[in-house]
This record gives sequence, structure tokens and C-alpha cells, in this order.
Amino acid sequence: MSGRATREAFGETLVELAVEGIDVVAVDADLSKSTTTAKFASAYPDRFFNVGIAEQNMIGTAAGLAVAGKVAFTGSFAVFATGRAYDQIRNTVCYSELDVKLAPTHSGVTVGPDGGSHQMLEDIALMRVLPGMRVLVPADYNAAKAAIRVAAKTPGPFYIRLGRAGVPQVYEDGFEFEIGRANVLRDGWDVTLVACGLMVSQALAAAEILTEAGISAEVIDAASIKPLDVETIAASAAKTGAVVACEEHSIIGGLGSAVAEALGENQPVPFRRVGVRDVFGTSGDGDELLEHFGLAAGHVAEAARGAIGAKVR
Amino acid sequence: MAAFDLKLVQAKAARMRRDIVEMIASAGSGHPGGSLSAADIVATLYFGGALTHDPARPDWSERDRFVLSKGHAAPVLYAALAEAGYFSRDHLKTLRKLGSILQGHPDCKKTPGVEVSTGSLGQGLSIANGIALGLRLDHSPARVYCLLGDGELQEGQVWEAAMFAAHNNLSNVTAIVDHNGLQIDGACDDVLSVGDIDRKFSAFGWQVFEADGHDPSAIIDRLDEAASIKGAPSVVVCRTVKGKGVSFMEGLCDWHGKAPSAEQTVQACDEIATLIDESEVAL
Repeated sequence: MSGRATREAFGETLVELAVEGIDVVAVDADLSKSTTTAKFASAYPDRFFNVGIAEQNMIGTAAGLAVAGKVAFTGSFAVFATGRAYDQIRNTVCYSELDVKLAPTHSGVTVGPDGGSHQMLEDIALMRVLPGMRVLVPADYNAAKAAIRVAAKTPGPFYIRLGRAGVPQVYEDGFEFEIGRANVLRDGWDVTLVACGLMVSQALAAAEILTEAGISAEVIDAASIKPLDVETIAASAAKTGAVVACEEHSIIGGLGSAVAEALGENQPVPFRRVGVRDVFGTSGDGDELLEHFGLAAGHVAEAARGAIGAKVR
Repeated sequence: MAAFDLKLVQAKAARMRRDIVEMIASAGSGHPGGSLSAADIVATLYFGGALTHDPARPDWSERDRFVLSKGHAAPVLYAALAEAGYFSRDHLKTLRKLGSILQGHPDCKKTPGVEVSTGSLGQGLSIANGIALGLRLDHSPARVYCLLGDGELQEGQVWEAAMFAAHNNLSNVTAIVDHNGLQIDGACDDVLSVGDIDRKFSAFGWQVFEADGHDPSAIIDRLDEAASIKGAPSVVVCRTVKGKGVSFMEGLCDWHGKAPSAEQTVQACDEIATLIDESEVAL
């Protein structure tokens, strides 16, 4: 892994938004250095609130700030910010349609050595089923900045999934995030690789591997998992006839499930999921873990071959 | 802040009790016990001058905010809001029915005057704190009132929020505890003792007041004292009787969450009618 982590965009972008006059506030739960909300806290100490180690209160306090008219971002790690406070997110934030923007960091296996207790692999599933919740999984630092910006400026609840590890740059500085739009990053004819988060880079690398084998892969960044750009994904599936979904998340309930639902209803084609196969994470180095759980570029290429092989000839 | 008129608040509370019983009877389900126990508290807030509010402008930026953390007592809030004129009284008979603006638990997207949706216990105080922080950032003199049940204090999030309010010196927050001593499964002290509520809040850094929760004069006095506190959040622990005002419901946890029969409704309304002096209520 190289490049900046998506979490590095969090505190910086909040500062930019405040400078621009957006009425942003942030609530974190004793993890402000890790999530980088500490950068916002030092620039705007009166707009930052640390609830201590109390994630349910973090969400509830942010909800109240939103009721009072603020655009309220919350931090913490993905595992605690979602699972620990799920009822607060459901019954207070989403049911009241509040301007609470959850942007927890440390999602997925690339959390690394902290192990399975801290590697959140079910958060996309948990957030995706909530009515009114938009779910964004940016691929790199620039996309993360753009996702945070668009969430701040769009009414209602958002879940922005950020990561701990540095990831390769995919987008240029100034990239603008469009909710509900998937980005076709590479055109291809034989198979479509739909990815989100750091798996976009793995999918792009997989496309290179496939090219060497004479296979043309289309790569789509489906960072907006909800709403999903069904039109773009279905059109690509119609063109290539085979699809692989790639995510640093459980194969149950996340991007793979969202794409399967969309294709099943609109454009059924041979389909494979690359993700963590219904197990918890484990300690290790981030890159090692991508290999261990079958999430590396080589695994994506292998899944692509499988999907292509399942096409009816 | 409007002047306090004891007879007016008592009359409003009595009318709200009648509405509570009738709307729950009409719905065929609901929570009369904890709605009736809170009737005098909520009447004091809305009609005793405690809350600065304007039913014609539910979104008025300078209004005080009320968060009903014990959301199952929605009928007492709906009765107060209808009485105050936030919406037509005709809606009361639609409680809990398909298409109603009055959901089983408060829904801010459907009901004018409801600040935030509640119903899952333990969350209101965190929300109240967040609103209070927002008001403070905006240099607003408005206050936030949050009504909790005593059984609700078993939720851990309440104490996360209690710690937070004191740490942040949220003197614009006043919590009110409807201390009726009962919850669904029985007496709070039998289900899970909440212990000494006053000392618990005090130990968490709050200014603590006590009141007879069925004496509007005592309630308004304590709320006024609480509002004058600087540098700390305040709580008024109100001793109440579950089902207050309906003899066969009083002090019985069985009436936590069931509707009265037609016959029981008539009896309840007859009892409540003796409390209503219509001449005291400006219609």
C-alpha cells in the first residue's frame, strides 16, 4: 500500500468546510487522533465535542446538534460507530432524517494488527438497510475529501466508510463526488470489475494482470453503494456479460449483495464476489491480510476468469 | 415566560388526562400509565410558562425545546400539543391508526411540535445535550427540557449523557424524571433497582431538585430554580403515581401499556370530569 489513507481526509475536509462557512460540528469518542478529527478540533475547538468512550452518546449528541441545525459529523472506528450504536443510528438519526454524517475510520481488514475485534466487515450491510441512509465508500484520499464535502452539503444521514491504511491514488485533486453515480475507470469488453474503497486499486491492478492474459476488463468504482448506479453497472454487464464485485467487507450484505440485487433484477449475468467469506478478521499486516482473505489483485483476476468461464457460449 | 396560573394548569392537565384515556381507548392500544403520571409535568411545561414556545411557529428559532425521552408516553405530548393548538384536536382519535400524524411513538416527521423522534428508551438526554450545544454555539438563550422515565434510567446511555452534560457545563439543559416507580415487568426496585436517583445525578455533577410531580406549583418552582443554575445541568426528580387521576389505574404496572375497555373509559372520564372546571380553560 502506498499513498494517503482515506481517514486523512476527514479532519482536513471538516476544517475546509468550516472555513467555507458550512455550519459543521464534529463529535468523536476518544479516537480523534486516529480518525483525524483532532485537526478540526484544534482549528475549531468550540465546534468539536469529545464524548469519551461512549459511542451511543456520540450518535445521540450529534443527532441533537443536527436537530439544532448543525451539520454533525461523527468519528470513532467503523466497528464501534455502527454496531455499538446501531439503535441510535436507526431510531434517532435515520427515523428523524437528521443531518448526521457518520464518517468512521478503520474499516476492513487493513486495520491490521489490532485483529478481528477491530476489523469491521459488516458495516456496509448494517448501514445499507437503513431507510434514508446514503452509503459512500471512497477509493482514495481525494475521493474521501469529495465524499465528505458532498455529504456535508446534502441533507440527511450519510455513512462514509474510511480506512486506516494508505491507499494508491485513483483520483486527481479536485475530484467531485456525485451521489448515485458509478465511475467507469477503465473500459473493457470481457468482464466488469465493480469495486469500492481500496478494492478499486486492486481491481485496476487485476485488470492489468488480465490484460497480460488477453482479457479485457472494465473497472467501475461503485463508491456510491446506496444509492447504487444500477444503470451504469447493468449497462456494463450487458456489454461484458460477466461481473465481479470486489470489497473489503463481508461477501454478505455489502457491495456484492447490492450488485447482485441490481443485476438479478436488471441484467442477470455470471457473477462472482470477492470479499471476506463470512469469517472474522485476524491480526496481521494489511497487505498480508488482503492476500490471506483473498482480496488481492490476483484473487480478483482469478474470480474474473471464473465469471468469464461461466458465460453461456 | 407566561405567568403561572395554577388553576389553568390544573384544568389543562385534567383535560389532557381525559384526552389520553379517550385516545388510547380509541386506538385500542397505547400506554396510559406513564402518560397519566406525566400529565401534570407536561401541563406545567406547556401551560405553566416553563416552555417558551409558539404553537403557530413550531420552528421558531428562539423556542425552548422539549424532548420526550420516554417516548411511549406520546399520548401526554399529543394531548398537550393539541391543547396548545399545534394541530387540530380531531387528530387525537386517529392515534396509532394508518395514515395518522400521531404515531404510536413520537415521530417528528409527522407531528407538528415534536422536536425529534423518540421511542427507543435512553436516547433523549443525549439528543437534548446535542440541541443544547447547538443553542450555545448560536448564543441562544433557549433551554432544553428532557422528560425521562425512572425505569428508563436503567439504560446505560442515560449515564453517558449525564456525564457529558456535566462535563460540558450544560446549564441550559433541565432533565425531568417521572419517578412513578413502576415499569412493564413490575416495580423498578424489583426489576432492577435504580437506587437513589438524586444521589446518582448529584454524583454525576448535576444540580438536583425534587418535586411532587402532581403539584404544578412545586414543579414550576423547581423548574424556575433549575433554570437559574449556572455552570451545571439540572434535574428535577418528580415523585409521581403511575396512572394518576384514574382510580383503577393508579399504582398498577398492569396499566403500563394497555387500553381501557369502553366501560372503563366511561368510568375514567367520569372521574377526570370532576377535576375539570371548564370555566378555567380558555377555549
